[in-house]
Amino acid sequence: MLETIWFALWGILWAVYFVLDGFDFGIGALSPFIAKNEGEKRAIYNSMGPYWDGNEVWLITAGGVTFAAFPKTYAVMFSSLYSALLLILFCLIVRGVAMEYRFKFISQKWRRFWDALLWTGTFGPGLLFGVAFANLFRGILIDKAGVYHGTLLSLLNPYGLAGGILFTLIFTLHGSLWLAVKSGGDFGERAGRLAGRLWFALAAATVIFLGATYFSTRLYDNYFKAPYLFVIPLAAAGALVFIQVFAKKGEWLKAWFSSSVFIITVTLFGVVGMYPNLLISSLDPAASLTAFNSSSSPLTLEIMLGVALVFVPIVIGYQIWAYRFFGTAAGAVGARPPSAVQATKMRQET
Amino acid sequence: MDALMLSRLQFAAATFFHFLFVPLTLGLSVLLALMETAFVRTGNEEYKRMARFWGKIFLINFAIGVVTGITLEFQFGTNWSRYSAYVGDIFGSLLAIEATVAFFLESTFVAVWALGWNRLSPKAHAITIWLVAIASNVSAIWILIANAWMQNPVGYVIRHGRAELYSFTAVITQPFAWNMIVHTISGAYILAAFFIMGVSAWHLSRKNNVSFFKSSFRVAVTLALVFSVVEMVQGDIHAAEVAKYQPAKLAAMESLWDTTKSAPEYLFAIPDPAHERNRAEIGKIPGLLSFLAYHHFDAEVKGLKAFPRADRPPVALPYFSFRIMVALGVFSLLASLVGFLRRNSIETRPGLLKLFIFAIPLPYLACECGWMLAEVGRQPWVVYGIMKTSQAVSPIGASQVGLSLAAFTALYTFLGAVAFHLIWEQARKGPSDESALDGSTDEEVGYA
Repeated sequence: MLETIWFALWGILWAVYFVLDGFDFGIGALSPFIAKNEGEKRAIYNSMGPYWDGNEVWLITAGGVTFAAFPKTYAVMFSSLYSALLLILFCLIVRGVAMEYRFKFISQKWRRFWDALLWTGTFGPGLLFGVAFANLFRGILIDKAGVYHGTLLSLLNPYGLAGGILFTLIFTLHGSLWLAVKSGGDFGERAGRLAGRLWFALAAATVIFLGATYFSTRLYDNYFKAPYLFVIPLAAAGALVFIQVFAKKGEWLKAWFSSSVFIITVTLFGVVGMYPNLLISSLDPAASLTAFNSSSSPLTLEIMLGVALVFVPIVIGYQIWAYRFFGTAAGAVGARPPSAVQATKMRQET
Repeated sequence: MDALMLSRLQFAAATFFHFLFVPLTLGLSVLLALMETAFVRTGNEEYKRMARFWGKIFLINFAIGVVTGITLEFQFGTNWSRYSAYVGDIFGSLLAIEATVAFFLESTFVAVWALGWNRLSPKAHAITIWLVAIASNVSAIWILIANAWMQNPVGYVIRHGRAELYSFTAVITQPFAWNMIVHTISGAYILAAFFIMGVSAWHLSRKNNVSFFKSSFRVAVTLALVFSVVEMVQGDIHAAEVAKYQPAKLAAMESLWDTTKSAPEYLFAIPDPAHERNRAEIGKIPGLLSFLAYHHFDAEVKGLKAFPRADRPPVALPYFSFRIMVALGVFSLLASLVGFLRRNSIETRPGLLKLFIFAIPLPYLACECGWMLAEVGRQPWVVYGIMKTSQAVSPIGASQVGLSLAAFTALYTFLGAVAFHLIWEQARKGPSDESALDGSTDEEVGYA
């Protein structure tokens, strides 16, 4: 029971992480294509600046929870995905530094350099998380001793790549909606319309990925065993429709929330399909690591559950407070005459 | 080189680099909180200007601490998977608690603080930096509890082929952990204080913003003095703990080969591990080592030869890093004492100002030496007495570790250069003038 609770929390942590850092990944990935001038670039950075660090902590927590609740999975998963994981971490490093340091440099050359790092540091993780999770759904080449028999390249199989493309589309759409929410004005309008167009690509990619999942993985087994679980992919489909419904009306925040529901349900679709497996072996089913054969002792799981039940609601509370605080603050901070983008935004807010 | 050695180098590079930024975050956050509290209490604008100026440096430094911290958590999985699987039940939960309890709080409110100067009341704004200071120090507490458990494992049983938690209370209340916590956090406060004293001295010797930097100096030197005293007293207690729980580390850091009653302390020696002796020993003080280790001049101190060769730590690194750390500890006590006594006329003493400028890197060196001693002195164990480092490494190829080590080195060198450049520029610029304070020069150089 404790193991199942922690399995569920593990999945939810990843889902929340993808919702929050997902918009950073998407905005950064789009940034060179959508920002036409310095003012728009500023809007790009402003839409992520106050949040990226708090968002990244969800990843640290997801990693920490894997370590604490399923140490064997943590050990085998991250040593097997060594190169992919370190690539993601290096990307996240340059992303954070670009975010914090870009405006400390005046020269256009340096600023372009940081812009390039921001793009690398956001597009990279979005894509790689997709590749990684698709491979987790499919299973990786681990033996009973927890030794990985593949390379970085064996992760780049067609299904893994499909996952990478799907995640990239999910995040870019999610990010462009967030940009529309945070920027307003002409620029925000443009970002929102882009989301509406990306939607068709995402819808197609989703259908293809769900189909490929049937042939490449055993995720559907759990669903056929307990058909009521199909409510999860159905909810995902519903959320996908609502993204476009709200985007058409220009209700960007509602569209962004629909996109968030979509991300959560898509992540949970995979996680529920994997249950009770955390790390599937494609070499030998008996070598798979599950919530039961890789978990910590009941005492540790109980203590961790206590900590989570007390602190996670507090965290959610103050992070919502902070999001609302910045939601009204951007553009109004400081006495400098606001840029055109910010001025439009301030008008919209008041 | 094999995956083990490369992984050790990589972990050392990543942690040492990370710890160049952590102590300044720990100490400066508290100093900023004190400055803002002083502003709220007295209404004196100078305290606000102080918090703003030192706050900008804090944020530049903070960013590198954050981005380099994340690789550490995952490296236990990537490079030390056997370790992670063996002790994750205990060690992993401490890391997860650190993230849940501290990192969220720190990361959320540092942004609120950085962008909230004109949006929050002074009181509310001061509360946000207190939350950041508390969170960063609480995170230090959890990670040090985790490290202390590797130094002196308690509250566990070996069951199901791994170490399992037996008593959480024992893990989080063990004196070894709390000694490490006081020791490390005091060191961090000293480092931050010397940083402020050094930068202030640089400006004072150029007669820039004299009142501003004198106030900064006075706040910092008081903190430096208090914690240098704490560090001295506590360092002695800490060494006695090491003697009790990690006798091999004590023997290595003192380069003591033979088990000796009434062991002397040598001011200086050159260890010669190949011949299990010291090549030279200078400045003998009879019985002092016995006294320092056991608070008794006749006590017997175990020498390295009492341990099988395979269980001995390297000698030279712990020996010299211990000496350097202690010497720098004595220096920081004397320097902050002199600085404190002269705090009201510091701007008129060019010699002292120069001393404090050149003293900036010394506490950094002391902190890194402390970790060198703690970690190398624990070898060959990764968890003292229960797991060797050689058993802890992941079953991965040396080539990919070599590649990632090269990437780490390149990336961190670049980060270090950029951060150093930005901190130096910001520190040199000095505080903005009054009119800019309520303006938005700040927003010009950051998101918002």
